[in-house]
Amino acid sequence: MTVDLEEFRYLRDLVHSRSAIVLTDDKLYLAEARLTPIARSMGFASVEAVIREARSPRGHKLQDQLVDAMTTNETSWFRDTRPFEALRRSVLPRLVERNRSTQSLAIWSAACSTGQELYSVALILTHEFPALEGWNLQLLGTDLNAGVVDKASRGTYTSLEINRGLPAALVARYFKREGSHFAIDQSIRERVSFRQMNLASSWLGLPMFDLILLRNVLIYFDATTKAQILTSAKHQLKPGGYLALGGAETPIGVVDGYTPLLTDGATFYQVEGQP
Amino acid sequence: MKALVVDDSRTMRSILARILGDLGIDVEQAVDGKAALERLIAGDLPDIALVDWHMPNMTGIELLNEIRHRPELSRVRVLMVTSESEPDQIGIALDAGANEYLIKPFTPDAIAGKLEMIGLGEGSTATTTW
Repeated sequence: MTVDLEEFRYLRDLVHSRSAIVLTDDKLYLAEARLTPIARSMGFASVEAVIREARSPRGHKLQDQLVDAMTTNETSWFRDTRPFEALRRSVLPRLVERNRSTQSLAIWSAACSTGQELYSVALILTHEFPALEGWNLQLLGTDLNAGVVDKASRGTYTSLEINRGLPAALVARYFKREGSHFAIDQSIRERVSFRQMNLASSWLGLPMFDLILLRNVLIYFDATTKAQILTSAKHQLKPGGYLALGGAETPIGVVDGYTPLLTDGATFYQVEGQP
Repeated sequence: MKALVVDDSRTMRSILARILGDLGIDVEQAVDGKAALERLIAGDLPDIALVDWHMPNMTGIELLNEIRHRPELSRVRVLMVTSESEPDQIGIALDAGANEYLIKPFTPDAIAGKLEMIGLGEGSTATTTW
C-alpha cells in the first residue's frame, strides 16, 4: 500500500494541528507502516482511501485514529540503561536526601508511551529505597496518544515487551501472570498514575516536579514548540530539580537557563542559579 | 566471544546461532543438557551458554546446577532461553545461578539486550545487580 504525496501532506497537517508533531516528507514510509494495518482492519482498499475518508465531513473519529497511529510510541524498560543507572546511583539518592524533611517526591514521565519508563523509575524506588514507604510519591505519566495511556494504566505487558530491557530478577519479584500477559505488582501500580496530555498545549494544573523525564520526544516538534516545551519544563521543576532528555537531545542553543550535569555517564539538566 | 546454544529444537538452535553469528559471536550447539555438559567438561569454555529449560536426558536447570557446582565450569555465564514463563519459575532459575532469562518467543534485539545486561554486550562494562 502506498501513500500519495498529497494525501500524506493532508495527514502531516492533521498530525501537526493536533499534536504539533512534524512529519517530514521522509516519514512517508511511517505513514504506510502505521496506517496499512488500520486500512486493512477497516476494510479500505488502500491507505489513501482511509485518508480520503478522514478528510470527508464524516471523518472526525477516523482523524483521531490516524493521529493516534502516527504519534510514536516505541519504548522499553530502563531504556538506554545509563540514565537509569545515574538515577539509581546518584540522582534519586540526592533527591531523597534533599526531600527528607517534606517526605515527598514528584516525578513526571512526559512522553510515557506504554508506561515502561515510569514503571522503571517506580521499580527502582520500590526496590532500592524501601525507606520511602509512607512518603507522598507523585509519579505521573502523560502521553499524547490515548491508546498508550490506557495500556500504561493497565500495567500489563506481553512476553515480547517483558523481554525488552527488564532484568529477570525484577520480573520474578514484581510481576505475575494474568493469562498470556504479565501484570506488574499492585503495590507498584498504585504508586503511579497516567493521563492523556498534549505537551504543546497548556500545562496548567500540573504539580511542580523533582524530576522530569522528557526523553526522545522533542525530536518530533518544530523549533518553536521545542523551545516552548523546554521553557515550560524550566518553570515546572522544583528548585534543584532535574530534567532528563534523550541522548541526542539538548536544551543548549534552544533555550537559555539550563546547565548540564554529567553523572554516572548520563547528562541531566538543572535550572541555572538554583542549588 | 564464544557461545554454546543448548536446545533440543533444531529450529531454535539455528535461529539463536544466526542471531549470535550476526553479533559476531562464535557459536557451538548441543542437543540437550547432557551433550552440553560433556562439551563443557572437554574444555575450551564458552563465555556464555544459552540454555533451554525442558530437554530430554538432562534439563536446563539440571545443567545449570552442574555448571554452578563445578568450580572448573562456574565462570560460564548462563542465559536461560525458554518458553517457561511463570515468574516463580524465573525466580527458580535465578536462584540456581542463571545470569539472565529470556522468554520465547523473542526478537533479535532482546538477545542483544540480555547480553548487555550480563556484561557481554558491545561496549558494556559493569553489570547491575538487582
